[in-house]
Amino acid sequence: MSDTKPALRLENIVKAFPGVRALDGVSFEVIPGEVHALMGENGAGKSTLMKVLGGIYQPNEGTIYIEEQETVMHSPLQAKGKGVVFIHQELSLADELSVAENIFLGELPRKSFGRVDWDALYKETDAILGKLNVGFNAKTRVGDLSIANQQMVEIARALTVDAKAVIFDEPTASLTDAEKVVLFDVIEDLQKQGVGIIYISHRMEEIFKISDRISVLRDGQYRGTLLTKDTNEDEVTKLMIGRSLDLTRNVEAPELGEVALEVRGLTCGNLYKDVSFKVHRGEVVGFYGLVGAGRTEIAETIFGLRDADAGSIFLEGQEVKINSPVEAIRHGISLVPEDRKGQGLVLGMNCRDNMTLLQVDDLTAGPFVSDGAEIAIYDQYRDRLDIRSPSWRQTVGNLSGGNQQKIVIGKWLSMKPNVLIVDEPTRGIDVGSKSEIHNLIRELAKQGYAVIVISSEMPEVLHVSDRIVAMYHGQVMREFTAEEVTEDSLVQAISGIVSDKVA
Amino acid sequence: MNSETRANLIKQGAIWAFIVVELIFFSVAGEFLSLSEKAFMDFDNMLLLLKQSAPIGIIALGMTIIMVNGNIDLSVGATFALSAIVLLDSMTWPIFAGLGDGVIFVGWALALMTGVILGAVNGFIVWKTGVDAFIVTLGSMLGFRGLVFMYNGEQPTSHLNWTLVDFAEAQFLGLHTATWFLAAVVVVLWFVMNKTVHGRNAYAIGNNREAAVNAGIRVGPHFLINFMLIGFLAALSAVVFYSESGSVNPNDGMLYELWAITAVVLGGTKLTGGYGSIISTLGGVIAIQLLRKGLGHIGADTETVNLVIGLILIAVLFLDRQLNAKGKEELKT
Repeated sequence: MSDTKPALRLENIVKAFPGVRALDGVSFEVIPGEVHALMGENGAGKSTLMKVLGGIYQPNEGTIYIEEQETVMHSPLQAKGKGVVFIHQELSLADELSVAENIFLGELPRKSFGRVDWDALYKETDAILGKLNVGFNAKTRVGDLSIANQQMVEIARALTVDAKAVIFDEPTASLTDAEKVVLFDVIEDLQKQGVGIIYISHRMEEIFKISDRISVLRDGQYRGTLLTKDTNEDEVTKLMIGRSLDLTRNVEAPELGEVALEVRGLTCGNLYKDVSFKVHRGEVVGFYGLVGAGRTEIAETIFGLRDADAGSIFLEGQEVKINSPVEAIRHGISLVPEDRKGQGLVLGMNCRDNMTLLQVDDLTAGPFVSDGAEIAIYDQYRDRLDIRSPSWRQTVGNLSGGNQQKIVIGKWLSMKPNVLIVDEPTRGIDVGSKSEIHNLIRELAKQGYAVIVISSEMPEVLHVSDRIVAMYHGQVMREFTAEEVTEDSLVQAISGIVSDKVA
Repeated sequence: MNSETRANLIKQGAIWAFIVVELIFFSVAGEFLSLSEKAFMDFDNMLLLLKQSAPIGIIALGMTIIMVNGNIDLSVGATFALSAIVLLDSMTWPIFAGLGDGVIFVGWALALMTGVILGAVNGFIVWKTGVDAFIVTLGSMLGFRGLVFMYNGEQPTSHLNWTLVDFAEAQFLGLHTATWFLAAVVVVLWFVMNKTVHGRNAYAIGNNREAAVNAGIRVGPHFLINFMLIGFLAALSAVVFYSESGSVNPNDGMLYELWAITAVVLGGTKLTGGYGSIISTLGGVIAIQLLRKGLGHIGADTETVNLVIGLILIAVLFLDRQLNAKGKEELKT
């Protein structure tokens, strides 16, 4: 491999911001036809490195070579022109426009008088789509496509130029397993065409499946490159965080209290059907299934965000009707949402105000909000959850993902809930903070909370749950206890293979 | 036809269905309530309606592009007034005295140029400062109106050129001059929005600005061109209207921006940008004019007319929201 000329090579890149050296002499290369994974915790410098590559940032020191030619890039468009193409994590498409217009965005073929040459546009688009073997055509409105197909549109964009290196930034974040397979096929095709692939992801299993080499960044520094076939997850994790992550199976026997929450026959349109389960005080119940299996929707119903068509919810044995989040909170139900930044936090507000958001009405002295009472609550949960923030005045948007998640959890704990629902507790959180959040969830159960954890990561579910509810297409396929569950049976249940449903 | 195209047709057809409902309602109600002998759907009456739609209509069509772009222009009313003053006053300037009726073209050119320059001011500020178009044009709305008052104080500016009035009052193939202008603007803008790269980029920018920037679309110059375009159209609207009336008050054109925006929104253009159609805006313009005329026809006064239009606007947008909601599958807010 080493005798091939790298498609893209970075040498000793330094990028400094006031007070931080975001990149400290990073070198990195990708050879035509290889998949080179780039890993690192959040804040390790991956995105800064990519922005340097994409021409958004100019490095303070160091050089970029494309096919061993020294290159300077000033904009994403220029980078693309030189054959360095990004597939962004957050799709950057215009929903109202057609597939063709999105693929050639900014470069629509023209006729005289600035008219769009629609014939040429559709012809070229169909040629590209043909290569990708997709099930939609050039005229489809992008907003009508599934997320996976929208990603194909992004990839199709990469093929409009003679791509030398394609960078995938967390491409599978919102894909189902079936869609992932299609994506990996496309990546393999690109590989065969001699394109160098840079693949950024937090997901170890994917990286081991598709990459040839793995490079690791930590604290803005290059930590080394490993050949995928000669290494293992543990070695990579150690390189990333300096120690390994505990994801052993949960073996503790829970001390079960009475039933805190019971759901019977809950049904909502096509989203989920006839769902029943119980959660006791002192236990963690994991909900595992593919994206779209209806887990989040059930949580939203229990929390009063979504109406059910049929079925009933019991709290402490009493049937309750929950029509709004306000009522849910009054009943002692808390929901830590899936989308931390969108649904859980007010990113522009400080730590304290986010923490007390739910109860600020009660923290008054006369007509004013009492600063002291707010700070007292913040301090209490900061210590209890080990939130690391310079002060309560810190804007939440500037904290790390792990600390942000702790703020959200703290916010809900401060409402003294009976039932705590946590949706994707560690999504987008780095490995180090992950285990802290896991420990926290176990700890809360021990303190007598009834906890529901919704997760798409099997190791996580196995690590934190006392019981696991496996869902497939809106139905509860099976319930497992921590002792009886095996990875195989769990995978089968969420794929709809086993049907011995336990009601 | 797939369901998506059908849904789109229903969406774009809604405003025309609303117009039909209005026509039926006012025809029937007119039979009982109207003091006039004439039927509401009298042919001449409808021709007049189109003519009266022209001034706001031409501005609203321009506003559609601005709003598809994700911007807004609140200064069109003031631009309208200032262009009108330039039109009427320039025809009396001594330096053009020797031109005879040729002065009409000079007046038109100067008025249209005024509009383009004022639009360019807006566009340039939005481009170079990055300040939101709402704020920029709120400022220029006040500023341009200030210029209007500086020109002639509280006095109206008047000049009647009879050749011009004859032209403006003429009917060609039954349609008034103003209606022809409106029709021409519809055709040209429809072409721009649907057939040109500039128009398609307007949708892209309004829909996902970041994506447009990443794709190398130069958003700033693009905005500048569109603000110049709407400035031109505001001036054109003034040219069409004042060629006939010959007198402009310094308060003329006030609230035009809001009427134009109302028509655009009724036509289904999204306030957030990225979606909208020229033809539907035309529908919105006609629907509003129909309401005004129809309510007048059945004897309502101006205050009532405004109240009703306001209520209908909210009701229509509420209905639109309900129709587009996905029922139970949608989260409660």
